[in-house]
Amino acid sequence: MNTTRFVIALLGHLLLASPSYTASLLITNGTVFIGDDAPSSQLDILIEDGLVEAVGSDLSAADADQVIDAAGRPVTPALFAGITAAGLSEIGMVYEAVDSRLNELYTGLMHPEFDVRKAYNPLSSVVPVTRIEGYGYTLLAAAFGDRTISGQGSLVRFDSGFDSFEGKTTIFVNVDGYSGNKIGGSRAAHWMLLETAFSSLAAKQGNGFWLTHNEHPLINQDGRATLKDARENGIFVFRANRASDILQVLAFSRKHQLNAIISGGQEAWIVREALAESGTPVVINALDNLPGSFDGLGARLDNAALLHRAGVSLLFTSGETHNARKLRQVAGNAVANGLPYEAAIAAMTSRPAEVFGGKPRMIAPGLRADVVIWSDDPLNITSAADQVIIDGKLDPMTSRQTELLKRYLPTEPGLGRAYINP
Amino acid sequence: MRSLFFALTPLLIPMVLQAQPEAFPSTYEAPSGPPVLFKNATILTGDGRRLDDTDLYIANGQIQWVGAGEIGPDATAVDASDRWITPGLIDVHSHLGVYPSPGVAAHSDGNEATAPVTAEVWAEHSVWPQDPGFSRALAGGVTAMQILPGSANLFGGRGVTLKNVPSISYQGMKFPDAPHGLKMACGENPKRVYGGRTQAPSTRMGNVAAYRSAWIRAQRYQADWDRYNQAVKDAAEAAENDSSGASVASALLTNTPPRRNLELDTLAGALRGDILVHMHCYRADEMLTILDMAEEFGYRVGTFHHGVEAYKIADELAENDVCGALWSDWWGFKIEAYDGIQENIALVDRATGGCAIVHSDSDEGIQRLNQEAAKAMLRGNRAGLDIPPERAIRWITYNAAKSLGVHEQTGSIEDGKMADVVLWNQDPFSVYAKPLQVYIDGVLRYEQDNPSLSPKSDFELGQLMGTAQ
Repeated sequence: MNTTRFVIALLGHLLLASPSYTASLLITNGTVFIGDDAPSSQLDILIEDGLVEAVGSDLSAADADQVIDAAGRPVTPALFAGITAAGLSEIGMVYEAVDSRLNELYTGLMHPEFDVRKAYNPLSSVVPVTRIEGYGYTLLAAAFGDRTISGQGSLVRFDSGFDSFEGKTTIFVNVDGYSGNKIGGSRAAHWMLLETAFSSLAAKQGNGFWLTHNEHPLINQDGRATLKDARENGIFVFRANRASDILQVLAFSRKHQLNAIISGGQEAWIVREALAESGTPVVINALDNLPGSFDGLGARLDNAALLHRAGVSLLFTSGETHNARKLRQVAGNAVANGLPYEAAIAAMTSRPAEVFGGKPRMIAPGLRADVVIWSDDPLNITSAADQVIIDGKLDPMTSRQTELLKRYLPTEPGLGRAYINP
Repeated sequence: MRSLFFALTPLLIPMVLQAQPEAFPSTYEAPSGPPVLFKNATILTGDGRRLDDTDLYIANGQIQWVGAGEIGPDATAVDASDRWITPGLIDVHSHLGVYPSPGVAAHSDGNEATAPVTAEVWAEHSVWPQDPGFSRALAGGVTAMQILPGSANLFGGRGVTLKNVPSISYQGMKFPDAPHGLKMACGENPKRVYGGRTQAPSTRMGNVAAYRSAWIRAQRYQADWDRYNQAVKDAAEAAENDSSGASVASALLTNTPPRRNLELDTLAGALRGDILVHMHCYRADEMLTILDMAEEFGYRVGTFHHGVEAYKIADELAENDVCGALWSDWWGFKIEAYDGIQENIALVDRATGGCAIVHSDSDEGIQRLNQEAAKAMLRGNRAGLDIPPERAIRWITYNAAKSLGVHEQTGSIEDGKMADVVLWNQDPFSVYAKPLQVYIDGVLRYEQDNPSLSPKSDFELGQLMGTAQ
């Protein structure tokens, strides 16, 4: 390490553990998955100024300030962490530190204008905990509570930026049995209300609330404007598991011309042909195999494999925020149950960005260098991220949890653990 | 007085000297399965050994030998080259049956959250044997598990250890002669549930005060029974010796046994060590408080469950011979889980005499205990600890059996033990590993891709008819 770079690294360390900066970086001998569904190949990756400059064999080290020999280890784009509240929820049950949902508002039933991005905190401990496990971005969600439309979010990158949002505005809508029961007492009642709300977009209306039949406020002007805009430029994530609910989403989305995505999808395999035909992506937890509710009697482990084979665009989510890092295990289990390996890699890397309108996330010239070097098969629980690289910078690979480990790993605590400050 | 005494003794002595008949006894009996010879397997014995290219023979429900020995003429041979064998996996913390699938409100039977001390309730009385989760866990290699009450209460009630065999009744699943567990809970849950009703406990100090008050009542209850039993014994001896030594007090006492109390039966059983204490506790400082309390009342904490901060007191746990039943990576869902680290299990295991266990507390996690253990093993190894598979497998087999008090019967592959055995398609510490066969007491209970050996609960029958598969 030359002196300049050492000083820069030191400065980086002083500045709130910001990632160590390298102007150009060459990763050699990687088993590289570029992020589509192609098999891996042995490649070098040259990164300059945060972007991938070249991908190829035998790239010259002379062009790079720093070289990392991947020594055959797998290299992928930084992974998608699923649909989470990372940066919105510091501790699940400490409600003043949770900003992913809207609760008991005195006004209105549907609030698509509720935007969780306003509360995003990149300095949350959850972000580095997730990032050092190889994850580069997530879909920030308005939490599926008992709301019919729970609000909006979008992709966010785990680059420590305060406004690193990307992609299209994404509206979250619950249409499962649980929300149906809470909103109007049944799914049918809930569809009635959704129909009223979306039909209102076409109607001329003056100031004030759009009212339901019994004068109960349903959606306000801002909400209507949000829906209108999202219909043109945004995405609607419908939470639905039951096959009949999924078909209802497809019909509703066709009628109102919505860009729809299914989240949950436990019985999506039953209606996979319709999903494929309409080009509707499905976000599933591939570990779901129990009839957890009457919405998911058909939950099965080869859901992912069946959807993929039918040509459905597939993504994963674990339902976890703090343990979002589990998503690799979810994808690995999908592979163990018949999903082709490369399809799982695509679902974990580039496809979520495509689906939610983010910038392309592959390892290709001109694209942002968010890259991970893995100790072993990235979809197996036998591996971990050896080095995360975001914007071409080496992540320090530290989190609140690595600090705790450093404090408690020594067997001789001396004056006490409180004096071991990593 | 002697005449009175003699008049009473024939009635009383048989009643009090006989042990209480076991309530809700196990009706499980393993059917006979044909002997099986596994050839050339990689065997993780569960007690720390790895045997490569080794044969294993099971017959009459038991492990007959490992390595070499005689086989019966009717033995089935299974080629286990490139296959791995482990003991049946054991989950010490499950709510299958008490929080079953589907999770509808009327199935929510795991927490008697109506009073902070409900030591009188038994989880087995809430178990719905038709929970589809049992068969999913079987496909994951789980052969036994403890079903526990939830953690809303300081004393949640008794847990029950089940064999993972389909049955109409929980009695038909009950692990024969396994001790009961007593579920207790520290920290946030009890104080939140009851504090939220402006009722005690609403603080951690309130939690401890309430535990201690309950133990004091249990001590008194035990003393009453001890005194009564002693009096009965004295009176019987006096009668036998035809002596006039039996006091009037003894005779009278003999006539008035203490009134039986279900709550105190359980607590006194825990004080005596007949019932094993399973304590839900997250924070290191709270676990140390609990160990002091156990010393005060002279009982043993068998296992701390969840213990996300167990790594901070790994040595103290080992010194007190307390197991830690832990998750590999859960954290942050509440503030007492904020300090969770992925090396927790490995650090508890590192202490000399440490008893680390991977538990699930989840109908998903119980299906993949091998994967959970694999993650914990990886983190330990990356932290510089040397944890081979034969060591890590203890976390989901022998150590779990020890926590449940059934380690003499199961939990390792040793001659004479129950033939609870899993045949894996590969090294079980992989996301791609799957059980090919699962044996319980020597009976093949699950086989991959074999519909006739893939049990389904009544609930699952006839669902989604008309679905094109």
